[in-house]
Amino acid sequence: MVLVLAIGDLHIPHRASDLPQKFKSMLVPGKIQHIICTGNLSIKEVHDYLKSLCPDLHVTRGEYDEDSRYPETKTLTIGQFKLGICHGHQVIPWGDLDSLAMLQRQLDVDILVTGHTHQFKAYKHEGGVVINPGSATGAYSSFTFDVNPSFVLMDIDGLRVVVYVYELIDGEVKVDKIDFKKTATTRLAH
Amino acid sequence: MVDGVEDEEKWLAAGIAGLQQNAFYMHRALDSNNLRDALKYSAQMLSELRTSKLSPQKYYQLYMRAFDELRKLEMFFKEETRRGCSIIDLYELVQHAGNILPRLYLLCTVGSVYIKSKEAPAKDVLKDLVEMCRGIQHPVRGLFLRSYLSQISRDKLPDIGSECYTACESFILLADPELRLAVGLSGLQGPAREKDKREKERSELRDLVGKNLHVLSQIEGVDLDMYKETVLPRVLEQVVNCKDEIAQCYLMDCIIQVFPDEYHLQTLEILLGAFPQLQPSVDIKTVLSRLMERLSNYAASSTEVLPEFLQVEAFSKLNNAIGKVIEAQADMPILGAVTLYSSLLTFTLHVHPDRLDYADQVLGACVKKLSGEGKLEDNRATKQIVALLSAPLDKYNDIVTVLKLSNYPSVMEYVDSETNKVMAMVIIQSIMKNNTQISTADKVGALFELIKGLIRDLDGAAHDQVDEDDFKEEQNSVARLIQMLQNDDTEEMFKIICTVRKHILTGGPKRLPFTVPPLVFSSLKLVRQLQGPEENPFGEEGSTTPKKVFQLLNQTIETLYGVPAPELALRLYLQCAEAANDSDLEPVAYEFFTQAYILYEEEISDSRAQVTAIHLIIGTLQRMHVFGVENRDTLTHKATGYSAKLLKKPDQCRAVYACSHLFWVDDQDNMKDGERVLLCLKRALRIANAAQQMSNATRGSTGSVTLFVEILNKYLYFFEKGNTQINAAAIQSLIELITAEMQSESNSPDPAADAFFASTLRYIQFQKQKGGAVGEKYEPIKV
Repeated sequence: MVLVLAIGDLHIPHRASDLPQKFKSMLVPGKIQHIICTGNLSIKEVHDYLKSLCPDLHVTRGEYDEDSRYPETKTLTIGQFKLGICHGHQVIPWGDLDSLAMLQRQLDVDILVTGHTHQFKAYKHEGGVVINPGSATGAYSSFTFDVNPSFVLMDIDGLRVVVYVYELIDGEVKVDKIDFKKTATTRLAH
Repeated sequence: MVDGVEDEEKWLAAGIAGLQQNAFYMHRALDSNNLRDALKYSAQMLSELRTSKLSPQKYYQLYMRAFDELRKLEMFFKEETRRGCSIIDLYELVQHAGNILPRLYLLCTVGSVYIKSKEAPAKDVLKDLVEMCRGIQHPVRGLFLRSYLSQISRDKLPDIGSECYTACESFILLADPELRLAVGLSGLQGPAREKDKREKERSELRDLVGKNLHVLSQIEGVDLDMYKETVLPRVLEQVVNCKDEIAQCYLMDCIIQVFPDEYHLQTLEILLGAFPQLQPSVDIKTVLSRLMERLSNYAASSTEVLPEFLQVEAFSKLNNAIGKVIEAQADMPILGAVTLYSSLLTFTLHVHPDRLDYADQVLGACVKKLSGEGKLEDNRATKQIVALLSAPLDKYNDIVTVLKLSNYPSVMEYVDSETNKVMAMVIIQSIMKNNTQISTADKVGALFELIKGLIRDLDGAAHDQVDEDDFKEEQNSVARLIQMLQNDDTEEMFKIICTVRKHILTGGPKRLPFTVPPLVFSSLKLVRQLQGPEENPFGEEGSTTPKKVFQLLNQTIETLYGVPAPELALRLYLQCAEAANDSDLEPVAYEFFTQAYILYEEEISDSRAQVTAIHLIIGTLQRMHVFGVENRDTLTHKATGYSAKLLKKPDQCRAVYACSHLFWVDDQDNMKDGERVLLCLKRALRIANAAQQMSNATRGSTGSVTLFVEILNKYLYFFEKGNTQINAAAIQSLIELITAEMQSESNSPDPAADAFFASTLRYIQFQKQKGGAVGEKYEPIKV
């Protein structure tokens, strides 16, 4: 059982002052093995905070990130899964699942984690799964009026990944989960 | 000095030896009921106490041994009286002791038995004894003798009143003016070497006095009334009269520590009255601070005691006392004054948390004192001021309440800019920690005035010495603070935004990149609110409208030109354009786009920055639905132009095929121009080809086929969306092209591109197998 935190678009301090307190108390160091961050942190303090939760931190560049050295895309293997990260402002039209599927094919990954729209999505297509963890702070987004703070925790176990999404709605944390299974021939099934 | 210590040890040893020897004989005499001999030996034993050679500490050791022996003697006397020997006879007998000191010790011992026997009023007996003890002038010897008297009489007295009297008297004697004078003076005279010794003696004597005071406080009979009427006034009288600054300081402190807090409260006036009478060099502020600290803790210990404070008007008494002290000691360093006010403020916050006017009074008095000083130089003083200013913040956890203290900002005026920044950070931390709501423009304005050290360069500040990381942290804190300013009432929120804007624009180019973005997003949130279903779209006359906010935004983002921060400004303009799009304000949106384009053309020259910028432009434009045909055409044309002019061919290719989406918007049927889409894709193909040729020419091998595969994917995208201009044949030929390229000799293998192509083909296969309309569509394509 490997826990992977997918989080992004915090936009601290331009659009939010801090993570919601309820999220902060849930995110404790030592529980998570990897962190995947879609970008737009945007300052070093947030990077340091995430690093303190887990040293294996992977960040891709968002258009507001202070550190311009983050890569545009990144791929990594965790267990039986190949994961890809990209902030998403580079994929046009923004939030379009077919275009994101193209990126997924290009990176040749089972799970693509992407952001930019601040809307949680977990979408399965023939080539794999696209996950958008939303904005962890509920930052302003031109895509939607109501942004609920959200992040995703993936539990990777063998050929199976359970995606837990945590959303802060009206002050309460709501959890939902989706199961994905990968067949041995390396294609992802629902 | 070393010799002296060694000698002392020798003398002490000799004294103890002599004492023990005589004690031995005394015991033998007692065992054989030989009173005369017992007295003789006891007198000899006590003679050891006549020495002047020992320091008080060493003398004490000798004294304790004598004390133990005397207790046994006392028991014997008790036995004797029971057996019929009269006290008067005993008195007679002990008078025969040759020297006065042993005589007095023996008299005291007999006296205590006398008191217990109740044959005479205890008061009279004591009075006589006390009177006699005055005869011993020598400080150390006299002190111990009197100590002995108070110790042995303490537990004998049945009459509570007298017990107190004697204890009181004994203390007072200990603080006897002549005695103290002797101690004090002895510290001033004599050679330097001796001086250290005298200092040591003094401090040991002081401890002894303190111990006696403690004893006094332990006596059950000393109740509040006795304390108020007798004990305290007389003790204070002695303290004042001794005129020795160290002793005074120590004794006042002793009094405060040793007696219970309720007593202090009830005698506050008397106690405070003594302070101005003390020597000017006494460190009153520390003593007063400690008193206030004790009382603060007392108040904090339970709410039941609070009414007592009100009843004795503790605050006004303390306030007046401090005022008098500060007035009297005009040259007190500012650190002292601020420490006093700091303690008083803490006291006030604990005891009268709801009386903001009291706290304000304290701050006002502090301001008055500070106004005579000018800007502070003393580091410790500024630290105290930070403590002073942090106290109400910690207590109320709410900057809004703190701002009600009218003198609070005035105190801030007197600190230097460094301290202002420190204090400002403290304030911001408090706001963030407590999630304080600062919801009116007035409060926001007051707050920003208070933290102005962070907002702008204050006069005389050392600009070049600021550490870059610290500066960033400070400005990010200000940015976070801006996020916390919120009011659901749109009118008030707009006022808040205007107020914040006014302040941050004084920050200069260094600060604007940090402070403008949060303000912009705050404003965009307001626009959202104004678009909300409850809002009247036409607004009332003169009320806030999205248009007004956009005007403000335009003027605000403009300020970034002077930094310069073109990339940031471009992003913000595009965000505003999207918001204007949602508000259906076509001219406003167009204006924002124009500004963004100008920035792109004139200010953004770095290739990598251009790539990101163009993607942002295309992505934003793709989502705009507010533009009419002409405007959209102009902007699209420009965007495709920029894309084709990027430096690197791959970047060009990608930007151009991204532009294809500008001609096809899914949810608007009139926005689906299949021809223009195909034109873009073909153009992208040409660029990809050119890239291959260039690569062949310069490196001898054609580059990766990735770009072709990307374009193929785009073909498939529009094919599926129903673009009639793209047919299966076109896709087929593209597939063959790629295959050929990959197999060609001049191609350098690229596993990533291979994988990409493979997964694309898999996708086509998958679609073919889907069946239905999709399957039919894909049927002609052979993979």
